[in-house]
Amino acid sequence: MNIAVAKPDKPDTASDNFAAVSARVPGAGKVADTRRQALDTFQRIGLPHRRIEDWKYTDLRALMREVLPLAAAPEATALARAETAAKLHAIDGVRRLVLVDGVLAPDLSDLAGLEAGLSIRSLSEALQAGDDRVLSLDTADPMVALNTALMTDGVVIEVADGTTLARPLHILHITSGGAPAAMFTRSRIALGNAAVATVVESYVAGEGASAYQVHDSAVISVGDHARLDYVRIVEDAPEAFNITSAAVSVGAHAHFNAFGITTGGLVSRYQAVVTVAGSHSEVQTNGVNLLNGKQHADTTLVMNHDVPHCASREGFRAVVDDRGHSVFQGRINVRQPAQQTDAKMMTRALLLSDEAEVDNKPELEIFADDVTCGHGAAVGALDDSLLFYLRARGLPQKEAEAMLIQAFVGEAIEAIADDNLRELVTAAAVRWLEARQ
Amino acid sequence: MAALLEVKDLQVSVADREILHGLTLTVNEGEVHAIMGPNGSGKSTLSHVIAGKPGYEVTGGQILFKGEDLLEMEPNERAAKGVFLAFQYPVEIPGVATMNFLRTALNAQRKARGEDELSTPDFLKRVREVSGSLGIPQEMLKRGVNVGFSGGEKKRNEVLQMALFQPSLCILDEMDSGLDIDALRIASEGVNALRAPNRSMVVITHYQRLLDYIVPDVVHVMSKGKVVRSGGKELALELEANGYAQYQEAAA
Repeated sequence: MNIAVAKPDKPDTASDNFAAVSARVPGAGKVADTRRQALDTFQRIGLPHRRIEDWKYTDLRALMREVLPLAAAPEATALARAETAAKLHAIDGVRRLVLVDGVLAPDLSDLAGLEAGLSIRSLSEALQAGDDRVLSLDTADPMVALNTALMTDGVVIEVADGTTLARPLHILHITSGGAPAAMFTRSRIALGNAAVATVVESYVAGEGASAYQVHDSAVISVGDHARLDYVRIVEDAPEAFNITSAAVSVGAHAHFNAFGITTGGLVSRYQAVVTVAGSHSEVQTNGVNLLNGKQHADTTLVMNHDVPHCASREGFRAVVDDRGHSVFQGRINVRQPAQQTDAKMMTRALLLSDEAEVDNKPELEIFADDVTCGHGAAVGALDDSLLFYLRARGLPQKEAEAMLIQAFVGEAIEAIADDNLRELVTAAAVRWLEARQ
Repeated sequence: MAALLEVKDLQVSVADREILHGLTLTVNEGEVHAIMGPNGSGKSTLSHVIAGKPGYEVTGGQILFKGEDLLEMEPNERAAKGVFLAFQYPVEIPGVATMNFLRTALNAQRKARGEDELSTPDFLKRVREVSGSLGIPQEMLKRGVNVGFSGGEKKRNEVLQMALFQPSLCILDEMDSGLDIDALRIASEGVNALRAPNRSMVVITHYQRLLDYIVPDVVHVMSKGKVVRSGGKELALELEANGYAQYQEAAA
């Protein structure tokens, strides 16, 4: 008989990291207590594995095996390498906030001349000041617990009531290279009432960075009558890990429009809990995974409708080649008071090879009786009749495939409101397609 | 006149069932041939095999196009060489704007022939010319390929591509299916405008009606996977009057 014994995952690394982080991030009072408790939680559970329901399709004990030591704070050479990467991944017209090896790099960031109503601080500053608003993530999940115990730095962005940011903010995570290490970051994005902002967050590697680990998290709040457009682009190095958790709270008469694209990294998971806490709000979350090789990418979304008269739309598309593995878990919870909720979730996947794998797990839990809720899932290959039509018009096989794949993901990308960012994401998809040919 | 398309003793199977049993057909440059025949006689199979659709196994015979072995070429290579199949049921391709599709296809063909890509202004000028003469509004070209098009619009879109790509062989697979009289007339006028001494056409149809609009030089009758009779355009009228029954018996 084969009995699987759950081994706690190398508690030593987590403890060592905790000591290292504690030396760098003093923190006291509630911050210190929360971090200590989170460390205990992680050490009790270890890396999540397939027998933990939420992690069924992304067994980190098998995929990640261990938590790497904390990355050193970036020195001059690391910053120089990061600067090169930052130029390569620069986006026109944005205010850039650069994290190098998990630490905010003021010299690479545009922190000067903040418009009225915009405040930007580092997470370590916020922690030292005992700002407990960055703590509001549910640490029952072991990876949230790990991140909470070890978070070192990040950005805290506050947009005051009634402020509209003319320039999008770009949070750029760069792993500079050197020995494989782990980064633990957290950001907070808080929009006051009637505030409007666009935030793009991307993950890239400097030259030579390979099997690093990004452990990131975000606490996002959108005030009443506010609007946040949020775009996430994961273009990590081919051997890298990226585990990111987010908690989003949306007020009344507000809009939250999120989009994520993953083309990079070996193993990635984005888990977000979005709670609509004020009525008459709209949430849109769309995503695209473009995977090949042995890439594994997991998007896990929980959409909580706590109040009436809100709408949510989730649209997720995956294109999986080679031995890639795409996971989408979507749960919609409609609580009893949330009458007149209009919630829909649709996931589609395109399998380009016999060994590609897609897992879709939609769940609806509805306690209100006057709602419109639905979900759908479709998985298939490229349509042969469409391919033949394009080839009969002169397109070589790979070009015909690329045109159909681009059309497939394009329908999701359309949801990005900002023209520049939509083009940026389209370009990321095109880069992936061109690399295929 | 030089032979453009030579189909010689072609035998084709689908899933181990032979559909074409030694079909022979020669189309010379500039000629319009009609192929008529009952359902299941193999007309569409012939058009698909010429265009290179996967799923058909050629077990014997050959197809020469301008003297070259067509069966050795990929579908896109055939298109670049000048073979154009107007589909009986043009597919809808959501998310691919018609304009983008037309430009990508035209430039892929030009590239395969070693020609320069067409500049955007030149391309737009050509599309406007041909779409105007076919009565296709520019608005339609911004939509996804054939998405939400009526049957008539889809066929006009096929004729638009034919006019744009300027192929030397056009195969019209049951162009009349699903079209009312007005739509049929517009599409046929578009096809007739493309008749030229260096362009041949193969018009596949059940009915004489289409041939009132596109008048053929030669009419072939297919039955049970073979050409059983060939003649002038008057043969079509005879078929309309007497039906296919005699040929089905003859081929049996």
